[in-house]
Amino acid sequence: MIRIIVDDRPVEGRDGQTIAGVLIGAGRTEWRTAQTGGRGVFCGIGVCHDCLVTVNGLSGVRACQREAVDGDVVEREVRA
Amino acid sequence: MRIAVIGAGIVGAACALELAERGAEVVVVDRVGVAGETSSRCEGNLLVSDKGPGAEADLAIASNRMWRELAARLDADRGPGQPETEFEAKGGVVVAFPGGEAALERFAEAQRTIGIRAEPLDAAALRAAEPHLSPEVALALHYPEDAQLQPSNATQALLATALRRGARLLVTEVTGARIRAGRLVGLETVDGVVEADAVVNCAGPWSGEVAARLGARLDIRPRRGVILVTTPMPQRVFHKVYDADYVGAVGSGDAALQTSTVVESTPGGTVLIGSSRERVGFDEQPGIAPAAAIAAKAVRLFPFLADTTLLRSYFGFRPYAPDHLPVIGADPQVEGLFHATGHEGAGIGLAPATAALVAHAVLGTPTDLDPAPFLPGRASLQETA
Repeated sequence: MIRIIVDDRPVEGRDGQTIAGVLIGAGRTEWRTAQTGGRGVFCGIGVCHDCLVTVNGLSGVRACQREAVDGDVVEREVRA
Repeated sequence: MRIAVIGAGIVGAACALELAERGAEVVVVDRVGVAGETSSRCEGNLLVSDKGPGAEADLAIASNRMWRELAARLDADRGPGQPETEFEAKGGVVVAFPGGEAALERFAEAQRTIGIRAEPLDAAALRAAEPHLSPEVALALHYPEDAQLQPSNATQALLATALRRGARLLVTEVTGARIRAGRLVGLETVDGVVEADAVVNCAGPWSGEVAARLGARLDIRPRRGVILVTTPMPQRVFHKVYDADYVGAVGSGDAALQTSTVVESTPGGTVLIGSSRERVGFDEQPGIAPAAAIAAKAVRLFPFLADTTLLRSYFGFRPYAPDHLPVIGADPQVEGLFHATGHEGAGIGLAPATAALVAHAVLGTPTDLDPAPFLPGRASLQETA
């Protein structure tokens, strides 16, 4: 079991899951704000870059490719 | 009057709409479909900031004003599922690095004499306008009239509106001309004959080839441009920001690779980084050199881009005339044939004014614009054809 912080709130997942996997497992389907609305996983294979998040201060991380690590701090990216 | 428009890019689509709204029976013929080539492989620039005094600047200023009204009308008049034009009157910021200040100042001073607004930004104003810009920048000018739109969406919007006004679209390739009594009376295509009282050649970089198939001579050549696309990100670029050396590259006739930085964000969150210009015919393998060159220059302008991931790159062929002016009006030899091409990298911006000049040439519609500098029969074009 791992625990990551998403937008200041703890979310639990299983060891080995991607960040997108943890988020979807917790019932979340969108975690980035684009001008057209909320975005989450579209392709799920690292191509479309729709699922981007900031992880531990590094922006533009693909949630579907990044394995979640216990203690990761995940922040929403907003394009207003 | 039956008019065949060859090419469903931004110029063909703008002409189709203008002619259809003036009562003509319009058929648009394109071998791949709407915005299939140059108009979907560019940046959607509506610039006045890169034009020095002259005929093209006059056309750009008029067309920039026309786009404001046209984009609003297209967005208000959308059909089901049709995307917005994403028109943004965001303004441009043109910068010079140390050593380049005097040249940019001179250029801006000349532009002000024809009414282009070029406002100096002091250090505080520049920081407020573009907080992530390199502190190395020595001079920055704000061009509030510069704007941007999504060129593929805008082309689709123009054509969709034209179709609702009765125009038709045929996806087929033009193979030859129908001539009767020395006059062009239609097109031969792969799928049969299209009869027309007038033909408008809007085939962009292929308009020289199209002219040849119709028995005319027109010297329009392709120039390849590469653009990089970053991953979507929170907004850190707020205007069209470019290095003043862009001005030199646009006007140059040099065949070798030339680059200058143009950086802008899109509503989708990506940052577009352009652009390169190379005369290499229709070569579709740009390789890594243009991308590497424009990426390096973009990082000099916006240092944060060094840590940004690129999503993709793309390239397109710009149609240019050897004298670097658009070609708009009646063909000097073939009666019934008109051209609207040669806009190089400015076709998106110049499309509405071009359509007005085409309506003037074909239908006799009055216009405040001066058609003379752009006529296909001009001496500076005939020498090379």
